[in-house]
Amino acid sequence: MMKTDWMFEPDSRHFVLEDYEAALARWCPGCGDHAVLNAVQKLCRDEQLPPEQTVMVSGIGCSSRFPHYMKTYGFHGLHGRALPVACGVRSRRPELNIFVSTGDGDCCSIGTAHWIHALRYNMNMVVMMFDNRVYGLTKNQTSPTSPKGESSNTHPQGAFLSPLNPISVCLSITNASFVAQTVDWNPVHLYETIRAGFEHQGLAFIRIFQRCPHFTDHAFKEFKDEPEKVLLMTHERGIPVNDTVKRVFTNSMQHDPADIDQAHKLARRDDVLPIGLFLRNDQSERYDEYTKRGVNMSNGEKLSALNRELDRFAI
Amino acid sequence: MDTQAAHQQKRTQVTISEHIVEIVSDSGEGAQTAGQLFGTICAKMGNGVWTVEIIPAEIQPPARSRAGASGNRIRIGTDPITNAGDCADLVIAFNEQVLYSRIEQGALGPGTRILLDNKWSWDPVESIREAYQEAREDFASMGYSIYEVPIESECFKVVADPKKGKNIWVLGLLCSIYQRDLDLVKKELAKKFKRKGQEAIDRNLELLQAGYDWAESEMDVVFDLPTRSDDRPKLVMNGNQAIALGCMAAGIEVCSMYPITPATSVSHALASMFHKVGGFVHQAEDEIAAIGFAVGASYAGKTALTVTSGPGLALKTEFIGLAVMAEVPLVIIDVQRGGPSTGLPTKVEQSDLLAAYFASPGDAPKIIMAPSTIEECYHFVPLARKLAELFRGPVFVLTDANLATGVQPFLRPELSEDTLSPPIDQNRWNPEIKPYEWDQATGLSPRPVPGQRDGMYTLTGLAHDERSRVAYDSSINQRATERRSSKLKTLRATLKPPQVFGDESGDLLVVGWGSTRGAIEEAVTKLQGEGHSVSALHLRFLSPLEPGLNEIFSRFKHVMTIEINYSDDGHVSDRRFAQLAWLLRNETLIDVDCWSRVQGYPLPPSALVEALREKLGAYSEGAVS
Repeated sequence: MMKTDWMFEPDSRHFVLEDYEAALARWCPGCGDHAVLNAVQKLCRDEQLPPEQTVMVSGIGCSSRFPHYMKTYGFHGLHGRALPVACGVRSRRPELNIFVSTGDGDCCSIGTAHWIHALRYNMNMVVMMFDNRVYGLTKNQTSPTSPKGESSNTHPQGAFLSPLNPISVCLSITNASFVAQTVDWNPVHLYETIRAGFEHQGLAFIRIFQRCPHFTDHAFKEFKDEPEKVLLMTHERGIPVNDTVKRVFTNSMQHDPADIDQAHKLARRDDVLPIGLFLRNDQSERYDEYTKRGVNMSNGEKLSALNRELDRFAI
Repeated sequence: MDTQAAHQQKRTQVTISEHIVEIVSDSGEGAQTAGQLFGTICAKMGNGVWTVEIIPAEIQPPARSRAGASGNRIRIGTDPITNAGDCADLVIAFNEQVLYSRIEQGALGPGTRILLDNKWSWDPVESIREAYQEAREDFASMGYSIYEVPIESECFKVVADPKKGKNIWVLGLLCSIYQRDLDLVKKELAKKFKRKGQEAIDRNLELLQAGYDWAESEMDVVFDLPTRSDDRPKLVMNGNQAIALGCMAAGIEVCSMYPITPATSVSHALASMFHKVGGFVHQAEDEIAAIGFAVGASYAGKTALTVTSGPGLALKTEFIGLAVMAEVPLVIIDVQRGGPSTGLPTKVEQSDLLAAYFASPGDAPKIIMAPSTIEECYHFVPLARKLAELFRGPVFVLTDANLATGVQPFLRPELSEDTLSPPIDQNRWNPEIKPYEWDQATGLSPRPVPGQRDGMYTLTGLAHDERSRVAYDSSINQRATERRSSKLKTLRATLKPPQVFGDESGDLLVVGWGSTRGAIEEAVTKLQGEGHSVSALHLRFLSPLEPGLNEIFSRFKHVMTIEINYSDDGHVSDRRFAQLAWLLRNETLIDVDCWSRVQGYPLPPSALVEALREKLGAYSEGAVS
């Protein structure tokens, strides 16, 4: 590739989509996960992220297979524990691009403690929570986001309780800095949301309504069939929307992501499905600003500091 | 002055080679501080020292309660001291109830001199006066001689509130009895109270002098404890401080933890100085996140450390399995306490050996080491870090509450870049090399790190092949498990057989691990002096076990372990064995016997002598084979 000054740069690289494509995704045909994978690969290409500088971290579940399908570094770890790992990766590696894929069970059930604290740590990363309202990989059990009355193998007579609202939880966490919601069936809004999350400095939490054709095909049907039931939140500091998005989602409103009270109200709406950016706070503290301190200290500095500490115990 | 000088001539001077001193008080009266200072001073003067904290389980237990006894045991000697010893020679108690607690613990014996604050004899509360009087008679009937000391009333001459100050007055008294270098003591005091300001320093110096002067004129004995001159530079600290400094010497930059007794003070020590070497302590939201964060940091290139104790280890096992399966280097410090469950949080036990050995379901071979001294607590951390990286997996360092709070001087380590971790390798990876390119013979493989071009792979806890691809082919799991297992053999091949303490052959070999080494060797030495044919062997590596054990064991008629974990006594048919004995029996197919106790305190050498005598008697009668 040529630079603008027409000097040939033998080491410069230009990445195309194939550079991010690994094993063929083994998700079911029609699974919303494919759409997210496409969006992330496109983002990597558009941002020209060197694959070796990019780390995909996940837990366990259908969506947590994500790293295997990206030709970057990946960490497919334990159920519910993607976030502590991702925070550990981030702690001493400020230069890496970190994406986390997690599901409604992984994040909002077994990993709840980490979810809450990771939002508070606010370390720079994109967290994509694939919400299909069901445990898919283990074959159809109720998830914390399953609607009341939803039938599953663990609740054949229907879920007893109303679902947990992940957005309300996120908005209530001290220091949360970016909370968004999008849907897998609109590639443009999906892409723009992940992109905005990537550009955000801090932890960007994105709940993605994701269709599971096998177990919860019906879950989002009404929103897909009747797009006016989707409420498009727009704002100059929100998720950018182009004309195609506006044409599909005609029901839209201005929401300032700095308005936390309105964000809470919107999160609680059950007559419509709000998509866009609920909350953005660029002033939130970032724990990674602290954890990276001293990363470049030389051995000489370390040894002389250690020597002084040993002096304190000297006899 | 004249009378004092005359009195001093009357003081009996007794030369000793070692002594055990205890200071016990209610929690919050500063006996621990005084004990620590006394231990440090003795170490600085060149004595051998081992100190043990006496800790109540609660932060603010009720005053004058047996459960509230708080303080320090300081064993000092002319030669190096390796354990807490047996009965105390001198005990200073701030009230009679805490003294009861020490008697119940077996810390006192015939001949123990007891100095007891006599303030309770004129306490305004009648029941307290009575309790004190009753206890005095009780102690006398047990055969103890009590010296009543007006600790509080003498302190009143110096300060308005003796509750904060008795401890330093007592330190002064001890410094007189043991003829400590008062200038050195004053320097230590000034250092200790530096942050509280000059006024606090002056007040404490005055208290020190008052205690010292009182003893000079009133106490009828002084002890002369010779020192051996040794100019080599030394450090004095407890085991948890040693681990913290070892962590820094290892070049580890992340310590990820969740508060748990008795491990937390490692992170306290680290947090006070880690930033000076560019490191940081991450206090995670829970034990699981603590190890998960460490695994993440390790995966990203810098081997991290997590520190915990039994209940935390239980929570961490899933990540330990992942670190084994996905071969992530990691250092796990387990400062053991009594278990199972919440168990004995502040007390000594060695019962996590098998929990560590088997931590994680499935086959999860890992390296387990156990330091036996404070010095080894320091040196084992850089070693563990290196092994974790070379053998690509978790390395356990098992210590216990005895090492964690025990204070002992040791040779100042030489610092070198060699122990520091290398910078994160960001060179281009050779794409021909798979992310798990297992060496057929050793099981070892090089590890690509994020940032290395062409090294991209997805780490997974699923069974996987050399390319880290999820194993859908059944033969892969057999091969991969074999490779991970062979790493322990590879490490064992680099280890030397352990050194026998005493004769290379004989009637009985006593095997130990961890903090019991000093007490075992002291007991064995005593028995050797009595003409018994007994030797000792101490293991630092528990997984893999050190090589040559069958050969060493075969030179002794009997082999047994001594441990601080549970076992059934005697050779019953369905006997449950102590944990190392269990491992050794499995490893060597030799009928290894054991003796163990779980009473929560370090094993005193006299108890071991007694237990070993009994074993030797039973063996010679042919009661057991």
